[in-house]
Amino acid sequence: MKTLEEIQAAIEAAVPGAGVEIVPNPAPSGEHSLRLKPETAVEVATFLRDDGELALDYLSNVTGVDWPDKEIAEKVKVTRAVTKTVDGVEQTAEETVEETRKRVEPGFLEVVYHLFSMARSHGPVVLRMRTGNRSDRVDLPSLTPVWRSAEFQEREIFDLYGVVFKGHPDLRRILMWDGFKDHPMRRDYVAPDDFEYEPTPHDEVLARAQAHRAAQQAAAAAQEGTGQ
Amino acid sequence: MAVDEGLKIELGKQGVFVTTLQELYNWGRRSSVWPMNFGLACCAIEMIATTMARYDLARFGAEVFRPSPRQADMMIISGTVTKKMAPQVVRLYNQMAEPRYVIAMGACAISGGPFKQGYNVLKGIDRYIPVDIHIPGCPPRPEALLEAFMALQKKIDAQPLTGEGRPRHLDADAPGEFPVPAQGEHDLEPAANKNVWTVPVVIR
Ligand code: SF4
Repeated sequence: MKTLEEIQAAIEAAVPGAGVEIVPNPAPSGEHSLRLKPETAVEVATFLRDDGELALDYLSNVTGVDWPDKEIAEKVKVTRAVTKTVDGVEQTAEETVEETRKRVEPGFLEVVYHLFSMARSHGPVVLRMRTGNRSDRVDLPSLTPVWRSAEFQEREIFDLYGVVFKGHPDLRRILMWDGFKDHPMRRDYVAPDDFEYEPTPHDEVLARAQAHRAAQQAAAAAQEGTGQ
Repeated sequence: MAVDEGLKIELGKQGVFVTTLQELYNWGRRSSVWPMNFGLACCAIEMIATTMARYDLARFGAEVFRPSPRQADMMIISGTVTKKMAPQVVRLYNQMAEPRYVIAMGACAISGGPFKQGYNVLKGIDRYIPVDIHIPGCPPRPEALLEAFMALQKKIDAQPLTGEGRPRHLDADAPGEFPVPAQGEHDLEPAANKNVWTVPVVIR
């Protein structure tokens, strides 16, 4: 099979301005992926499927990833002018200080496609697409018109992550009911607190369990109050 | 009227059969319990095994799995009840003939089991409908289901026909319809039927 760089070049040649980027994977498996621009994704996908040499005719898996907003603390060296008095004479000197700056990297949702070729028995080629953010710019083009097997999996990603696939023939929730409002696989989803915690929680779970118990006792007390 | 057990056996030896109406009535009821043909998850496979030749639920008169709730009087909750499925389970229970009984089979039906901390699984069907027998296990073996069934038969046998603890079809005050939970924006609404289930307070 072609290397990822060769595939990237082939895409660039077939779809000018495709803007495909290689996303390296630092893990030992080194399964690097191609990041598509949403605007050209359908065109690129069609090329990958129909190209005689690549013939990526089999979409084995579509999945979603949630990347929440990340706060990054960076140490930066800053030079500034300091005025000092040396031997009764005022002097201006440059001084370097280290400063910690925080910046927030905005989060996004990502969709990952794993492609294989049945005709040429090679693969996988991994494609990614990213949304603009996690709240209002969550549209991505659907690849269901290119690979039919994406249909249910894109519906699942829509259901659990909230990515809206434009061009999907039947975009409805698939696992949760229609009136459901949340997206349970997002990192900031809070599940309804309706179960007993394990008897020996610790760390983060202990804090949650304690809050749960306090709420439960309050509820029980309120119930007793109304019952009598 | 109670008959002395010893006297009953003695009379039986002489070819005289003595019984009470209650005993006869309950014998008939417990010997032909018809379960509903309804499986939810992996536990259902064990339920199916129980009905097959090796374990043979037919020995207890419960081999007629009915595909319609109207013809069934026992519901085996055999598996995970998801929040999406829970309203249907309650609706099916409402449609069953009285007197009806429920066996909660396996960890999932009792408490959510391995999926207890999941957002999508009901933490025990007894939040919405009254359960007669709980069987622990993941999954419970067919022998456990047989044991549960025998326990249910004992329970039916012990029900008096009048007064406290009589079967539901003879009790005009017993609730016949259980509210079906609605699928809300974040969870089922209400999260439990207050009349059949209250939050258990764990004493530590
Ligand atoms: S209790 Fe275990 S075997 Fe039964 S439905 Fe749940 S997970 Fe499956």
